[in-house]
Amino acid sequence: MSDTPDEAQLDALIAATAPVLGLAIDPAWQGGIRQHLAISLTQMRLVDEFALPDDAEPAPVFRA
Amino acid sequence: MSERATAGEIVAAIAAGTTTARAVTEAALARIAALDPRLGAFTDVTAARARARAEAIDTGKAPRGALTGVPFAVKNLFDIAGLPTRAGSAINRAHPPAMADATLITRMEAAGAVLVGALNMGEYAYDFTGENAHDGPSRNPHDLSRMSGGSSGGSGAAVAARLVPIALGSDTNGSIRVPSSFCGVFGLKPTYGRLSRAGSFPFVASLDHLGPFARSVGDLALAYDAMQGPDDHDPACTARPAEPVAALLQAGAEGLRIGIAGGYFRANAGLDAIAAVETVAMALRPARNVELPEAARARAAAYIITTTEGAALHLDRLRERAGDFDPDVRDRLIAGAMLPAPFAARAQKFRRWYRAQVLRLFDTVDAIIAPATPCVAPKLGAKTLTIDGREVPLRPNIGIYTQPISFIGLPVVAVPLARPGGLPIAVQIITPPWREDLGLRIAHALESRGVVAAPTPPAPF
Repeated sequence: MSDTPDEAQLDALIAATAPVLGLAIDPAWQGGIRQHLAISLTQMRLVDEFALPDDAEPAPVFRA
Repeated sequence: MSERATAGEIVAAIAAGTTTARAVTEAALARIAALDPRLGAFTDVTAARARARAEAIDTGKAPRGALTGVPFAVKNLFDIAGLPTRAGSAINRAHPPAMADATLITRMEAAGAVLVGALNMGEYAYDFTGENAHDGPSRNPHDLSRMSGGSSGGSGAAVAARLVPIALGSDTNGSIRVPSSFCGVFGLKPTYGRLSRAGSFPFVASLDHLGPFARSVGDLALAYDAMQGPDDHDPACTARPAEPVAALLQAGAEGLRIGIAGGYFRANAGLDAIAAVETVAMALRPARNVELPEAARARAAAYIITTTEGAALHLDRLRERAGDFDPDVRDRLIAGAMLPAPFAARAQKFRRWYRAQVLRLFDTVDAIIAPATPCVAPKLGAKTLTIDGREVPLRPNIGIYTQPISFIGLPVVAVPLARPGGLPIAVQIITPPWREDLGLRIAHALESRGVVAAPTPPAPF
């Protein structure tokens, strides 16, 4: 994953995905969505940079 | 009965004939009517239902059991027959009324408990504040200008203010443990899959848990025992038979090996949180330091699973009713919908790896002590939090210590420190899967020694 995206990249991501998702974004929401995207992408980076083998199975329905 | 009475004392008094279920119910309803307008814990009071139930108990027409005549209330994401299940939202309150009660309500009533209402919560459970854009905040009884914590804020506030001895809530990333810490009450987040979620509004299916709040460990155990057991209506609910704990509490903590979570769990803690852990560690010594490997990454993975699964759950509502959401919740969910899918899958892969690493720790310790929250209850309306000298957004950071634990479904008892005069704060007692008994035994031992207790809030509560 590339470095944390800048504001313009986040705005581009919002603009590209909103129509695909069928979401209409009010301009007033842009700042809040951008802030949360930045936080989530920072968290994603932590997970993404941790190498796991191909056979590491996911736990989508976790059973303890 | 005094509002100080525990559930256990209420049951004993009714059994002895010194009071009735009707009298206890009327007292609870009167206290809710008098005090809740200042607190905002309740969104519905089911007075007629409660009176009818109490009357049935007193006349032998309803079951008696371990919770006979004990008033309780539930977070408003539990189905209550006859009420729309609002889940803290404006959108869902226009839904048709629920046709039946949630499984856990049915089980509480089968043990003799009396439902008195539904409790305030953050919209769709996506907050740690106890604030609600539609219903107003549930306030902290220890300081009405502060947060109750979320998302089960009404549950924490109602128990702390002694409006009910027991409340039920949900915990996806910390929503039982955070209000327990901020409001100073005991909370149990059981093992993932232990208690049925049937008839509750979901948030993140692979992380959602339900559990009880109480002002004593004994009451927590009574409620937990009443609710255990398989339920085919929740696909994640275990087939294990009930494993009652109430009779085991007296076994104490003697001989149990205690670990204190270091590293990540100390690095960002405020002074109150550090002091709370040290107090408990001192009481349970000898204790050794343990390190949960990659806890920061675990928290990050929980964050990603939450925001992406939550977005998937709400996508149609975001398409059609986005303007009717709490803006803070809406913006987070929309951002979650826009995240690339491979990262969510990687978070689930990491979850499996992390579980294996943490379970190895339990070869050397029976329980791990960690902070529940990085700080005491913030002021209502606060948007940022200072952690490790840095100002960070509040909602995404209150759960930094709870998320790495619920991420792998471990059972946790949140225990409030007995801190006269100070704002409450709790620590987590974390145990291996299906070993709620160990956490509750340790909690009971700490309670018996006066180390942990639900502090009394100031007047008028």
